[in-house]
Parts: sequence; C-alpha cells; structure tokens
Amino acid sequence: MPTPNPLLLIAELSYSCPLHCPYCSNPLDLGSERRGELLTTEEWVRVIDESAELGVLQLALTGGEPLVRKDVEELSRASAAAGLYSTLVTAGTPFTRKRAEALRAAGLDHVQVSIQDSDPVESDRVAGTGAFARKLEAARLARELGFPLTINVVLHRLNLDRVDEIIELARELGAQRLELANTQYQGWAALNRETLMPTRAQLEAGEQAVARARERLGRRMEILWVLPDYFEEFPKPCMGGWAREAILVNPFGEVLPCQAATTIPGLVFDNVRERSLADIWFESEALERFRGTDWMPEPCRSCPFDRQEIDHGGCRCQALALTGDASATDPVCHLSPHHALIVEARQAGELDDPANELVYRALLPLAGRR
Amino acid sequence: MTESAVRKPRLATGVRLQWDRVRERHVLLYPEGALALNPTAADVLGLCDGERTVDDIAAELSARYDGSPVGDDVARLLSAIADRGLVIDADA
Repeated sequence: MPTPNPLLLIAELSYSCPLHCPYCSNPLDLGSERRGELLTTEEWVRVIDESAELGVLQLALTGGEPLVRKDVEELSRASAAAGLYSTLVTAGTPFTRKRAEALRAAGLDHVQVSIQDSDPVESDRVAGTGAFARKLEAARLARELGFPLTINVVLHRLNLDRVDEIIELARELGAQRLELANTQYQGWAALNRETLMPTRAQLEAGEQAVARARERLGRRMEILWVLPDYFEEFPKPCMGGWAREAILVNPFGEVLPCQAATTIPGLVFDNVRERSLADIWFESEALERFRGTDWMPEPCRSCPFDRQEIDHGGCRCQALALTGDASATDPVCHLSPHHALIVEARQAGELDDPANELVYRALLPLAGRR
Repeated sequence: MTESAVRKPRLATGVRLQWDRVRERHVLLYPEGALALNPTAADVLGLCDGERTVDDIAAELSARYDGSPVGDDVARLLSAIADRGLVIDADA
C-alpha cells in the first residue's frame, strides 16, 4: 500500500512548561544535553509550509507549553496563510489577554486548555503548581474572544471519581468539546503508574457519567472518552498507526511518529534542518520501521480478529517499555504472551492502601528522585 | 420532502469549508477533525450562509444541475452534518 499523506502536524514548540504534571507526554530526558538548538521561527514557518504541501490539514501547536515561545502569533499567521486548521494546546496560565487577542488576530483557529481536576486543590496538586484559577480565566477568555474551546482532562485514580463535576465545569466554561483522556502509561506516567492506576469500578462509573452527560447535553458539548487501554482487550490504534496520519516535529527539529519514539533504541530520526518534511515522511528509515503491517510479529501477523488494520499493532513505545522489545505485540492485547504484565499492573489501583506518591515532571536528572 | 433539522443552515463556529489541494477534494475542517466531501456535498455546504433556507439551497442547486430534483438529498445531507454539530440553524 502506498504511504498516505499525513493529516496532522504535531508541532512540539518547546519542552518547557510552567506545570509539572506527573503524566506528561514529553520524554523523561527532556532536559538532556544531547539535544541541539531549538528550531528558529523561520525554521518553524518552513516546516508549516512544507507540511501544507504534504497534505497536512490540522496543526497542533503544543509542547510542553507552546506559549513559552514569543513567536506563536507568527506561527499562527503562517498556519492560516498555509490553510491549516490550527489548535493551540496550552496549560492556560500564559494565555493572557494580550496574547490571546494577538493570536485571534493572527488567525489561530481553536484553543485547547488543560485542566487537571474540577477540584482546585487537587488540580493544583497534580499540576505541581498553583494554576487552577488562571486556567479557568484562560478558558473564559478564549470563549469571550470567540475561539472554539476544548477542555482536556487526563483521567486517573485521583480524579476519576469527579467525572460529573469535570463535565459540569467544562460546560460552565462554555467548552464545545471536552476530551477525557484516560492516562496512557508512557514516560512520566509510567513512573507514576501505581499512583495513577484507577480501579475498574472507577472507570465504569466514569463511563456511565459520560453516557448520562451525552444524553443530557446532546450537541451542546461533545465529550470524547479516550479509552484506558490497560483495561481493554485489544490495543489502542496508537497515533492512528505509526507514521500513517500524524507527523510530529519536536523542539529540536527531529521528525517522529509520536511523542515518545525517541525512547526506541536503534532508530535514527531525521531532522527538518537537513531534509524536507516530504523527503523525511516518505523516505526516513525510522518512519518506515513500523509502518503498515509487514513488521508485525506473531500473534499479530495471524490475528484471529483481523485487527491489523484496526489497531495498527498498538503502541510500539509501550511494547518496548513493558517487554524490552519495540517490535513485540503490544502487551495490552489479550493474545500477547506478555499480557500478564498488564493484568498485574491493573491491580495497583485495587489495593486497600494504594500508592500516593507522585514523581513530578522536571528538567532535573531522574537519578535518586524516587 | 425529508424534514431538515435546520431551516437556515450555517457552518457552526470554528467550522471551515476548504479545498484540499493535495487530495483534490473539499473538506470540512473543525477542531481536531476533517470530513472529506464529495462535490455535491461541497456545493450544498458552500451555500450554507445562514441567509438561504434549505429550500433556497435546493432550488439553487436544482437549477445548477439542469433542473434535477435535489430537495431530499439536500435535506438528508444537512441533517447528517447537523447531527455531527458542524452545521447549525442561523436563527437558533
């Protein structure tokens, strides 16, 4: 099958962030010295232009916190000129009136604000800093200026009992969309898995709360429920498939299939400083490595459920983290020979006295922090 | 004639009709999504300006397509797209 053109460019503008969420999708070594120089404004503009030529329709301006850069307004302008539909994914705290108005004028299409919990104290505890009140202000400001608004909440054991309250908060804020994303245990979240792991009863109650709210709210607010893959029979179609729908450029210009792929040993990621985005998309060895179905091991290869093109093999970074082999079947699949690792990990939330420590995302080396 | 969910349709806030020059087709773009359109759907949505009624749109397209009756198709399409929240009634 020919390689399809990507639909989404995920532009990780910076790994800096005022928050310290213990499930951050940024790499654990985000402060590492191996990393090069940040892409300049001109380089990002070129990446945006090249992505549009490659067929990208959606642009996510994300991070870390994208607004730590002063040129997001200029990148929004470049995105609008290239015909992309742009989303700013922000923690909310740096979304001031001055910047919000400038972003609106520059043609930014959509704002997504993360909130950690409906409970102010718990939200700030998980964020590792006092941010809740300013997040609400940012969300209200986005609506006041006419931006469509998505509220994003990562769900886990510490907030899953408040799904009703979270939905009500998003509705009060005037969100068109609420994304309830059950924690994916990659990177920082993997370090905090025992503390974040919910019980099955919590998940079921949360899902019921979502079903009731969808009934009640109809089209007024769309609620997305990102499945908790540890509790599923089959793996998630991570990123819609490796280098299939989405292309990610990190703050240093490396082109990746997802946020976590630099954890996979042996893959060399091309840099937008050296090749065009189209060359990289179609020719990079790293992006070719797990594309399509030819790389799949057993039992995927002879999947009795014919799910190769549905799951796209699940998550490679998760396979690596749990089995030590990035080309293994995603252990979430009940047919994986390593599935017992998932079953065992699920028990963490069911303990009478579950873990309560959080390792916060930070630029410091990890050694000895636990 | 099929009842449409909307009388004077317009694209919902944050929804944009655009030509996808790489795939050579129209698309509706909206927060974190894209809907590929066939040429007829693109014609219908291009007339959803919040001024024209569904009947106006059907009449205009019927004239454009040599008088073929399109009323049911237009109403059905708009209902389906309104169900996804991408088109709303301008007066609602």
